[in-house]
Amino acid sequence: MLPEPIHLKLELEDETVVGVTPIIGYIYRGIEKAGELNPFRNNVFLVERICGICSFTHALCYCEAVEKLMQVEVPPRARFIRLCWSELSRIHSHLLWLGLFADAMGFESLFMQCWRAREIILDISEMTAGHRIIQSTSIIGGIRRDIDKEMAKEVEHKLSDFKELMDNTVSPTVYNDPTIKRRTVGKGMLSKEQANLLGAVGPILRGSGVPLDIRQTGYAAYKETGFEPIVESDGDCYARTIVRLREIYQSRELILKALSLMPEGDISVTVRGNPPEGEMIHRAEQPRGEVVYYIKGNGTRNLDRLRVRTPTFANIPPLLTMLPGCELADVPVITLSIDPCIACTER
Amino acid sequence: MPWMLPTIWKNLFSRPVTRRYPFKDIREPFSGYRGKLHFDMEKCNLCSACAQLCPSNAIVVDKEAKTLKYNPFACIYCATCVEACPRKAITMDTHYSPPATVKSEETCRP
Repeated sequence: MLPEPIHLKLELEDETVVGVTPIIGYIYRGIEKAGELNPFRNNVFLVERICGICSFTHALCYCEAVEKLMQVEVPPRARFIRLCWSELSRIHSHLLWLGLFADAMGFESLFMQCWRAREIILDISEMTAGHRIIQSTSIIGGIRRDIDKEMAKEVEHKLSDFKELMDNTVSPTVYNDPTIKRRTVGKGMLSKEQANLLGAVGPILRGSGVPLDIRQTGYAAYKETGFEPIVESDGDCYARTIVRLREIYQSRELILKALSLMPEGDISVTVRGNPPEGEMIHRAEQPRGEVVYYIKGNGTRNLDRLRVRTPTFANIPPLLTMLPGCELADVPVITLSIDPCIACTER
Repeated sequence: MPWMLPTIWKNLFSRPVTRRYPFKDIREPFSGYRGKLHFDMEKCNLCSACAQLCPSNAIVVDKEAKTLKYNPFACIYCATCVEACPRKAITMDTHYSPPATVKSEETCRP
Protein backbone atom coordinates (compact mmCIF):
# COMPACT_ATOMS: atom_id res chain seq x y z
CA MET A 1 0.00 0.00 0.00
CA LEU A 2 1.60 3.25 -1.12
CA PRO A 3 -0.55 6.35 -0.99
CA GLU A 4 1.53 8.27 -3.54
CA PRO A 5 1.49 8.25 -7.36
CA ILE A 6 5.08 7.09 -7.94
CA HIS A 7 5.89 4.23 -10.30
CA LEU A 8 8.92 2.19 -9.18
CA LYS A 9 10.00 -0.19 -11.92
CA LEU A 10 11.74 -3.02 -10.07
CA GLU A 11 14.15 -5.58 -11.47
CA LEU A 12 14.03 -8.77 -9.45
CA GLU A 13 16.10 -11.88 -9.01
CA ASP A 14 13.78 -14.28 -7.22
CA GLU A 15 12.50 -12.16 -4.32
CA THR A 16 15.49 -9.82 -4.23
CA VAL A 17 15.44 -6.37 -5.82
CA VAL A 18 18.49 -5.79 -8.04
CA GLY A 19 17.54 -2.60 -9.83
CA VAL A 20 14.97 0.18 -9.61
CA THR A 21 13.87 2.97 -11.95
CA PRO A 22 11.53 5.66 -10.60
CA ILE A 23 8.89 7.12 -12.90
CA ILE A 24 7.09 10.26 -11.81
CA GLY A 25 4.99 12.79 -13.69
CA TYR A 26 1.44 11.71 -12.95
CA ILE A 27 0.28 14.75 -11.00
CA TYR A 28 2.06 17.77 -12.46
CA ARG A 29 -0.12 20.79 -11.75
CA GLY A 30 1.89 23.74 -13.09
CA ILE A 31 1.96 25.56 -9.76
CA GLU A 32 5.25 27.36 -10.46
CA LYS A 33 3.86 28.84 -13.68
CA ALA A 34 0.63 29.80 -11.92
CA GLY A 35 2.82 31.54 -9.34
CA GLU A 36 4.21 33.80 -12.07
CA LEU A 37 0.74 34.71 -13.34
CA ASN A 38 -0.78 35.34 -9.90
CA PRO A 39 -0.25 38.58 -7.95
CA PHE A 40 2.55 37.92 -5.43
CA ARG A 41 0.25 38.36 -2.41
CA ASN A 42 -2.16 35.68 -3.66
CA ASN A 43 0.71 33.24 -4.18
CA VAL A 44 0.63 32.52 -0.43
CA PHE A 45 -2.66 30.68 -0.92
CA LEU A 46 -1.31 28.96 -4.01
CA VAL A 47 1.93 27.63 -2.48
CA GLU A 48 -0.05 26.31 0.49
CA ARG A 49 -1.70 23.94 -1.96
CA ILE A 50 1.59 22.42 -3.14
CA CYS A 51 1.33 20.00 -0.25
CA GLY A 52 -1.68 19.00 1.80
CA ILE A 53 0.39 18.17 4.86
CA CYS A 54 3.18 20.70 5.24
CA SER A 55 1.15 23.52 3.69
CA PHE A 56 1.93 25.98 6.47
CA THR A 57 5.70 25.57 6.04
CA HIS A 58 5.34 26.33 2.31
CA ALA A 59 3.43 29.53 3.11
CA LEU A 60 5.97 30.45 5.81
CA CYS A 61 8.94 29.92 3.52
CA TYR A 62 7.38 31.87 0.64
CA CYS A 63 6.39 34.75 2.91
CA GLU A 64 9.85 34.94 4.48
CA ALA A 65 11.46 34.91 1.02
CA VAL A 66 9.28 37.82 -0.17
CA GLU A 67 9.81 39.66 3.12
CA LYS A 68 13.58 39.26 2.75
CA LEU A 69 13.43 40.56 -0.84
CA MET A 70 11.26 43.54 0.17
CA GLN A 71 13.31 44.10 3.35
CA VAL A 72 10.28 43.92 5.63
CA GLU A 73 10.79 43.38 9.36
CA VAL A 74 8.09 41.04 10.73
CA PRO A 75 6.92 41.69 14.34
CA PRO A 76 8.49 39.19 16.81
CA ARG A 77 5.09 37.94 18.01
CA ALA A 78 4.22 36.90 14.45
CA ARG A 79 7.50 34.97 14.17
CA PHE A 80 6.75 33.05 17.37
CA ILE A 81 3.20 32.16 16.28
CA ARG A 82 4.55 31.08 12.88
CA LEU A 83 6.89 28.74 14.73
CA CYS A 84 3.95 27.26 16.66
CA TRP A 85 1.95 26.52 13.52
CA SER A 86 4.99 25.21 11.72
CA GLU A 87 5.69 22.77 14.56
CA LEU A 88 2.02 21.74 14.75
CA SER A 89 2.20 20.84 11.07
CA ARG A 90 5.37 18.84 11.75
CA ILE A 91 3.67 16.85 14.52
CA HIS A 92 0.63 16.00 12.44
CA SER A 93 2.75 15.17 9.40
CA HIS A 94 4.95 12.78 11.39
CA LEU A 95 1.90 11.13 12.95
CA LEU A 96 0.21 10.76 9.58
CA TRP A 97 3.42 9.24 8.24
CA LEU A 98 3.81 6.90 11.21
CA GLY A 99 0.20 5.75 10.75
CA LEU A 100 0.73 5.02 7.06
CA PHE A 101 4.05 3.35 7.81
CA ALA A 102 2.35 1.07 10.36
CA ASP A 103 -0.38 0.35 7.83
CA ALA A 104 2.25 -0.54 5.20
CA MET A 105 3.55 -3.28 7.47
CA GLY A 106 0.03 -4.41 8.38
CA PHE A 107 -0.07 -2.88 11.87
CA GLU A 108 -3.62 -1.48 11.71
CA SER A 109 -4.10 -0.71 15.40
CA LEU A 110 -0.97 1.48 15.55
CA PHE A 111 -2.28 3.29 12.46
CA MET A 112 -5.54 4.02 14.32
CA GLN A 113 -3.74 5.21 17.46
CA CYS A 114 -1.46 7.55 15.48
CA TRP A 115 -4.38 9.15 13.71
CA ARG A 116 -6.29 9.40 16.96
CA ALA A 117 -3.41 11.37 18.50
CA ARG A 118 -3.15 13.45 15.32
CA GLU A 119 -6.77 14.52 15.76
CA ILE A 120 -5.84 16.48 18.92
CA ILE A 121 -3.21 18.42 16.93
CA LEU A 122 -5.68 19.13 14.13
CA ASP A 123 -8.13 20.42 16.74
CA ILE A 124 -5.45 22.83 17.98
CA SER A 125 -4.89 24.02 14.41
CA GLU A 126 -8.59 24.56 13.88
CA MET A 127 -8.92 26.40 17.18
CA THR A 128 -5.97 28.73 16.62
CA ALA A 129 -5.96 29.19 12.85
CA GLY A 130 -9.55 28.58 11.77
CA HIS A 131 -8.83 25.59 9.55
CA ARG A 132 -7.35 22.19 10.20
CA ILE A 133 -4.67 21.80 7.53
CA ILE A 134 -4.59 24.54 4.88
CA GLN A 135 -4.64 27.37 7.35
CA SER A 136 -4.22 30.51 5.18
CA THR A 137 -2.94 32.39 8.21
CA SER A 138 0.50 33.51 7.08
CA ILE A 139 0.60 36.64 4.94
CA ILE A 140 3.37 38.85 3.64
CA GLY A 141 4.26 41.01 6.62
CA GLY A 142 3.09 38.73 9.41
CA ILE A 143 0.12 36.57 10.32
CA ARG A 144 -3.64 37.04 10.34
CA ARG A 145 -4.65 35.49 13.66
CA ASP A 146 -3.37 35.98 17.15
CA ILE A 147 -3.11 33.37 19.89
CA ASP A 148 -4.28 35.12 23.05
CA LYS A 149 -3.52 34.03 26.62
CA GLU A 150 -6.71 32.01 27.08
CA MET A 151 -6.17 30.19 23.82
CA ALA A 152 -2.52 29.54 24.71
CA LYS A 153 -3.69 27.90 27.96
CA GLU A 154 -6.13 25.74 26.03
CA VAL A 155 -3.33 24.77 23.61
CA GLU A 156 -1.08 23.78 26.55
CA HIS A 157 -3.92 21.73 28.02
CA LYS A 158 -4.54 19.90 24.74
CA LEU A 159 -0.80 19.31 24.27
CA SER A 160 -0.59 17.66 27.68
CA ASP A 161 -3.51 15.38 26.70
CA PHE A 162 -1.61 14.65 23.50
CA LYS A 163 1.56 13.73 25.38
CA GLU A 164 -0.37 11.42 27.69
CA LEU A 165 -1.94 9.63 24.72
CA MET A 166 1.42 9.33 22.96
CA ASP A 167 3.15 8.07 26.12
CA ASN A 168 0.51 5.41 26.66
CA THR A 169 -0.02 4.16 23.12
CA VAL A 170 2.27 5.16 20.24
CA SER A 171 5.67 5.52 21.96
CA PRO A 172 5.77 2.20 23.88
CA THR A 173 4.61 0.37 20.77
CA VAL A 174 7.30 1.88 18.53
CA TYR A 175 10.05 1.35 21.13
CA ASN A 176 9.11 -2.16 22.25
CA ASP A 177 7.03 -3.96 19.66
CA PRO A 178 8.90 -6.89 18.08
CA THR A 179 6.81 -6.73 14.86
CA ILE A 180 7.95 -3.20 14.08
CA LYS A 181 11.56 -4.05 14.85
CA ARG A 182 11.47 -7.14 12.67
CA ARG A 183 10.14 -5.15 9.71
CA THR A 184 12.40 -2.11 10.09
CA VAL A 185 15.70 -2.83 11.87
CA GLY A 186 18.49 -3.24 9.32
CA LYS A 187 16.16 -2.54 6.38
CA GLY A 188 16.89 0.22 3.86
CA MET A 189 20.39 0.97 5.11
CA LEU A 190 21.89 4.35 4.21
CA SER A 191 25.34 5.16 5.56
CA LYS A 192 26.42 8.60 6.70
CA GLU A 193 28.73 8.98 3.68
CA GLN A 194 26.02 7.92 1.21
CA ALA A 195 23.48 10.28 2.82
CA ASN A 196 25.89 13.19 2.46
CA LEU A 197 26.95 12.21 -1.05
CA LEU A 198 23.42 11.77 -2.38
CA GLY A 199 22.11 14.96 -0.79
CA ALA A 200 19.53 13.38 1.52
CA VAL A 201 17.53 15.83 3.61
CA GLY A 202 15.38 15.79 6.73
CA PRO A 203 14.83 12.73 8.92
CA ILE A 204 16.60 10.50 6.36
CA LEU A 205 19.79 12.51 6.75
CA ARG A 206 19.43 12.72 10.54
CA GLY A 207 18.59 9.02 10.76
CA SER A 208 21.96 8.35 9.15
CA GLY A 209 23.81 10.32 11.78
CA VAL A 210 24.23 13.75 10.16
CA PRO A 211 23.17 16.57 12.52
CA LEU A 212 21.77 18.93 9.89
CA ASP A 213 18.45 20.71 10.20
CA ILE A 214 17.52 24.03 8.57
CA ARG A 215 15.91 25.13 11.82
CA GLN A 216 19.48 25.61 13.06
CA THR A 217 19.68 28.68 10.78
CA GLY A 218 17.20 30.38 13.13
CA TYR A 219 14.43 31.39 10.73
CA ALA A 220 11.01 32.29 12.22
CA ALA A 221 11.76 32.30 15.98
CA TYR A 222 14.03 29.24 16.22
CA LYS A 223 16.93 31.48 17.18
CA GLU A 224 15.11 32.67 20.30
CA THR A 225 13.69 29.29 21.32
CA GLY A 226 16.94 27.46 20.66
CA PHE A 227 17.13 24.28 18.67
CA GLU A 228 19.20 21.11 18.58
CA PRO A 229 18.63 18.57 15.80
CA ILE A 230 17.66 15.01 16.70
CA VAL A 231 20.11 12.45 15.34
CA GLU A 232 20.15 8.64 15.21
CA SER A 233 23.17 6.87 13.79
CA ASP A 234 21.89 3.48 12.57
CA GLY A 235 20.73 4.63 9.12
CA ASP A 236 17.95 2.05 8.77
CA CYS A 237 14.15 2.37 8.63
CA TYR A 238 13.91 2.03 12.42
CA ALA A 239 16.35 4.91 12.99
CA ARG A 240 14.27 7.13 10.72
CA THR A 241 11.12 6.15 12.64
CA ILE A 242 12.78 6.99 15.97
CA VAL A 243 14.00 10.36 14.61
CA ARG A 244 10.45 11.27 13.65
CA LEU A 245 8.97 10.01 16.94
CA ARG A 246 11.50 12.01 18.95
CA GLU A 247 10.84 15.05 16.75
CA ILE A 248 7.14 14.88 17.67
CA TYR A 249 8.09 15.30 21.34
CA GLN A 250 10.65 17.98 20.49
CA SER A 251 8.06 19.94 18.47
CA ARG A 252 5.68 19.85 21.42
CA GLU A 253 8.41 21.27 23.66
CA LEU A 254 9.20 23.97 21.07
CA ILE A 255 5.53 25.03 20.89
CA LEU A 256 5.31 25.27 24.69
CA LYS A 257 8.56 27.25 24.79
CA ALA A 258 7.39 29.60 22.03
CA LEU A 259 4.06 30.18 23.79
CA SER A 260 5.85 31.10 27.03
CA LEU A 261 8.50 33.30 25.38
CA MET A 262 6.10 35.04 22.97
CA PRO A 263 6.38 38.83 23.35
CA GLU A 264 3.36 41.17 23.28
CA GLY A 265 2.81 43.38 20.27
CA ASP A 266 1.50 43.52 16.72
CA ILE A 267 1.07 40.43 14.61
CA SER A 268 1.62 42.02 11.21
CA VAL A 269 2.97 45.08 9.45
CA THR A 270 1.41 46.68 6.38
CA VAL A 271 3.51 45.93 3.32
CA ARG A 272 3.06 48.43 0.51
CA GLY A 273 4.39 48.25 -3.01
CA ASN A 274 5.69 45.37 -5.06
CA PRO A 275 8.79 43.18 -4.75
CA PRO A 276 11.76 45.11 -6.22
CA GLU A 277 13.97 43.81 -9.00
CA GLY A 278 16.17 41.09 -7.57
CA GLU A 279 16.42 37.48 -6.54
CA MET A 280 16.06 35.75 -3.20
CA ILE A 281 16.55 32.22 -1.91
CA HIS A 282 15.06 31.09 1.37
CA ARG A 283 15.14 27.70 3.08
CA ALA A 284 12.91 26.15 5.72
CA GLU A 285 12.68 22.77 7.39
CA GLN A 286 9.55 20.91 6.43
CA PRO A 287 8.53 17.70 8.21
CA ARG A 288 10.12 15.83 5.29
CA GLY A 289 13.27 17.93 5.09
CA GLU A 290 14.64 21.08 3.55
CA VAL A 291 12.45 23.14 1.20
CA VAL A 292 14.07 25.84 -0.95
CA TYR A 293 12.20 28.80 -2.40
CA TYR A 294 13.71 30.93 -5.14
CA ILE A 295 11.87 34.07 -6.18
CA LYS A 296 12.76 36.74 -8.73
CA GLY A 297 10.98 40.07 -8.55
CA ASN A 298 10.73 42.64 -11.32
CA GLY A 299 9.10 45.63 -9.65
CA THR A 300 5.57 44.67 -10.71
CA ARG A 301 2.94 42.79 -8.71
CA ASN A 302 3.82 39.55 -10.53
CA LEU A 303 7.00 37.60 -9.91
CA ASP A 304 9.35 36.84 -12.79
CA ARG A 305 10.06 33.38 -11.44
CA LEU A 306 8.93 31.20 -8.56
CA ARG A 307 10.92 28.01 -8.05
CA VAL A 308 10.36 25.45 -5.32
CA ARG A 309 12.69 22.55 -4.49
CA THR A 310 10.82 20.18 -2.19
CA PRO A 311 12.44 17.58 0.11
CA THR A 312 11.12 14.44 -1.58
CA PHE A 313 12.91 15.37 -4.79
CA ALA A 314 16.19 15.32 -2.86
CA ASN A 315 15.27 12.05 -1.15
CA ILE A 316 14.54 10.01 -4.29
CA PRO A 317 18.27 9.31 -5.07
CA PRO A 318 18.88 7.94 -1.52
CA LEU A 319 15.76 5.76 -1.98
CA LEU A 320 17.26 4.29 -5.16
CA THR A 321 20.37 3.36 -3.17
CA MET A 322 18.38 1.79 -0.35
CA LEU A 323 16.20 -0.47 -2.50
CA PRO A 324 18.68 -2.72 -4.39
CA GLY A 325 19.44 -5.80 -2.31
CA CYS A 326 16.23 -5.73 -0.30
CA GLU A 327 13.40 -8.27 -0.40
CA LEU A 328 10.31 -7.47 -2.48
CA ALA A 329 8.13 -7.48 0.65
CA ASP A 330 10.29 -4.72 2.17
CA VAL A 331 9.86 -2.33 -0.77
CA PRO A 332 6.70 -0.58 0.61
CA VAL A 333 8.28 -0.14 4.05
CA ILE A 334 11.57 1.24 2.67
CA THR A 335 9.79 3.51 0.17
CA LEU A 336 7.52 4.87 2.88
CA SER A 337 10.47 5.39 5.22
CA ILE A 338 11.52 8.44 3.14
CA ASP A 339 7.97 9.83 3.63
CA PRO A 340 7.48 10.41 -0.11
CA CYS A 341 5.32 13.33 -1.20
CA ILE A 342 5.14 13.13 -4.97
CA ALA A 343 2.52 15.89 -5.16
CA CYS A 344 5.16 18.22 -3.67
CA THR A 345 7.89 16.94 -5.96
CA GLU A 346 5.96 17.54 -9.16
CA ARG A 347 4.04 20.65 -8.08
CA MET B 1 -3.05 -12.47 23.94
CA PRO B 2 -4.96 -12.36 27.26
CA TRP B 3 -4.14 -8.69 27.99
CA MET B 4 -6.24 -7.68 24.98
CA LEU B 5 -9.41 -9.27 26.42
CA PRO B 6 -10.54 -6.30 28.58
CA THR B 7 -10.29 -3.98 25.53
CA ILE B 8 -12.22 -6.40 23.34
CA TRP B 9 -14.85 -6.82 26.06
CA LYS B 10 -15.16 -3.03 26.47
CA ASN B 11 -15.43 -2.44 22.71
CA LEU B 12 -18.14 -5.09 22.42
CA PHE B 13 -20.53 -3.21 24.70
CA SER B 14 -19.53 0.44 24.26
CA ARG B 15 -21.09 2.81 21.75
CA PRO B 16 -19.28 3.56 18.47
CA VAL B 17 -16.75 6.40 18.74
CA THR B 18 -17.52 7.63 15.21
CA ARG B 19 -20.46 9.90 14.36
CA ARG B 20 -22.96 8.88 11.71
CA TYR B 21 -22.43 11.87 9.41
CA PRO B 22 -24.48 13.11 7.49
CA PHE B 23 -27.37 11.56 9.46
CA LYS B 24 -26.07 13.10 12.67
CA ASP B 25 -24.27 16.41 12.87
CA ILE B 26 -20.53 16.52 13.48
CA ARG B 27 -19.06 18.01 16.64
CA GLU B 28 -19.53 21.75 17.09
CA PRO B 29 -16.71 23.63 15.30
CA PHE B 30 -14.43 25.98 17.26
CA SER B 31 -15.53 29.60 17.51
CA GLY B 32 -12.85 30.88 15.11
CA TYR B 33 -13.63 28.40 12.34
CA ARG B 34 -13.86 29.96 8.86
CA GLY B 35 -17.07 28.51 7.45
CA LYS B 36 -19.85 29.58 5.10
CA LEU B 37 -19.82 33.13 3.70
CA HIS B 38 -22.79 35.46 4.07
CA PHE B 39 -23.22 38.65 2.09
CA ASP B 40 -25.29 41.42 3.69
CA MET B 41 -26.52 43.14 0.54
CA GLU B 42 -28.07 46.01 2.51
CA LYS B 43 -24.58 47.11 3.50
CA CYS B 44 -22.86 46.23 0.20
CA ASN B 45 -22.32 49.02 -2.33
CA LEU B 46 -20.74 46.77 -5.01
CA CYS B 47 -17.32 48.43 -4.63
CA SER B 48 -15.79 45.08 -5.77
CA ALA B 49 -12.88 45.23 -3.29
CA CYS B 50 -13.63 41.60 -2.42
CA ALA B 51 -13.70 40.48 -6.07
CA GLN B 52 -10.35 42.16 -6.79
CA LEU B 53 -8.59 40.50 -3.86
CA CYS B 54 -10.19 37.04 -4.03
CA PRO B 55 -7.33 34.59 -4.77
CA SER B 56 -9.59 32.04 -6.45
CA ASN B 57 -11.89 34.46 -8.38
CA ALA B 58 -14.90 33.09 -6.53
CA ILE B 59 -16.59 36.51 -6.39
CA VAL B 60 -17.64 38.41 -9.53
CA VAL B 61 -19.23 41.85 -9.22
CA ASP B 62 -21.25 43.19 -12.13
CA LYS B 63 -21.84 46.89 -11.49
CA GLU B 64 -24.14 47.38 -14.52
CA ALA B 65 -26.46 44.49 -13.68
CA LYS B 66 -25.99 45.34 -9.96
CA THR B 67 -25.26 41.77 -8.98
CA LEU B 68 -22.64 39.97 -6.95
CA LYS B 69 -22.06 36.38 -7.93
CA TYR B 70 -20.39 34.04 -5.43
CA ASN B 71 -19.24 30.52 -6.24
CA PRO B 72 -18.92 28.51 -3.00
CA PHE B 73 -17.21 25.67 -4.88
CA ALA B 74 -14.36 27.89 -6.09
CA CYS B 75 -14.06 29.62 -2.70
CA ILE B 76 -11.07 28.58 -0.57
CA TYR B 77 -12.48 30.15 2.64
CA CYS B 78 -9.34 32.22 3.27
CA ALA B 79 -11.37 35.20 4.60
CA THR B 80 -9.44 37.76 2.52
CA CYS B 81 -12.77 39.27 1.37
CA VAL B 82 -14.07 39.45 4.93
CA GLU B 83 -11.01 41.47 5.96
CA ALA B 84 -11.05 43.60 2.79
CA CYS B 85 -14.71 44.69 2.84
CA PRO B 86 -14.77 48.40 3.86
CA ARG B 87 -18.44 48.15 4.94
CA LYS B 88 -18.15 44.88 6.85
CA ALA B 89 -20.86 43.39 4.63
CA ILE B 90 -19.27 39.94 4.45
CA THR B 91 -19.33 37.60 7.42
CA MET B 92 -18.41 33.97 7.99
CA ASP B 93 -20.21 31.51 10.21
CA THR B 94 -18.67 28.45 11.83
CA HIS B 95 -20.21 25.75 9.62
CA TYR B 96 -18.81 24.55 6.34
CA SER B 97 -20.88 24.42 3.18
CA PRO B 98 -22.78 21.14 2.94
CA PRO B 99 -21.95 18.75 0.10
CA ALA B 100 -24.12 19.19 -3.01
CA THR B 101 -24.84 17.33 -6.23
CA VAL B 102 -24.84 20.45 -8.45
CA LYS B 103 -22.13 23.11 -8.47
CA SER B 104 -24.28 26.23 -8.38
CA GLU B 105 -23.45 29.91 -7.93
CA GLU B 106 -25.17 32.27 -5.55
CA THR B 107 -26.39 35.56 -7.02
CA CYS B 108 -26.85 38.43 -4.57
CA ARG B 109 -28.58 41.73 -5.34
CA PRO B 110 -28.70 44.85 -3.18
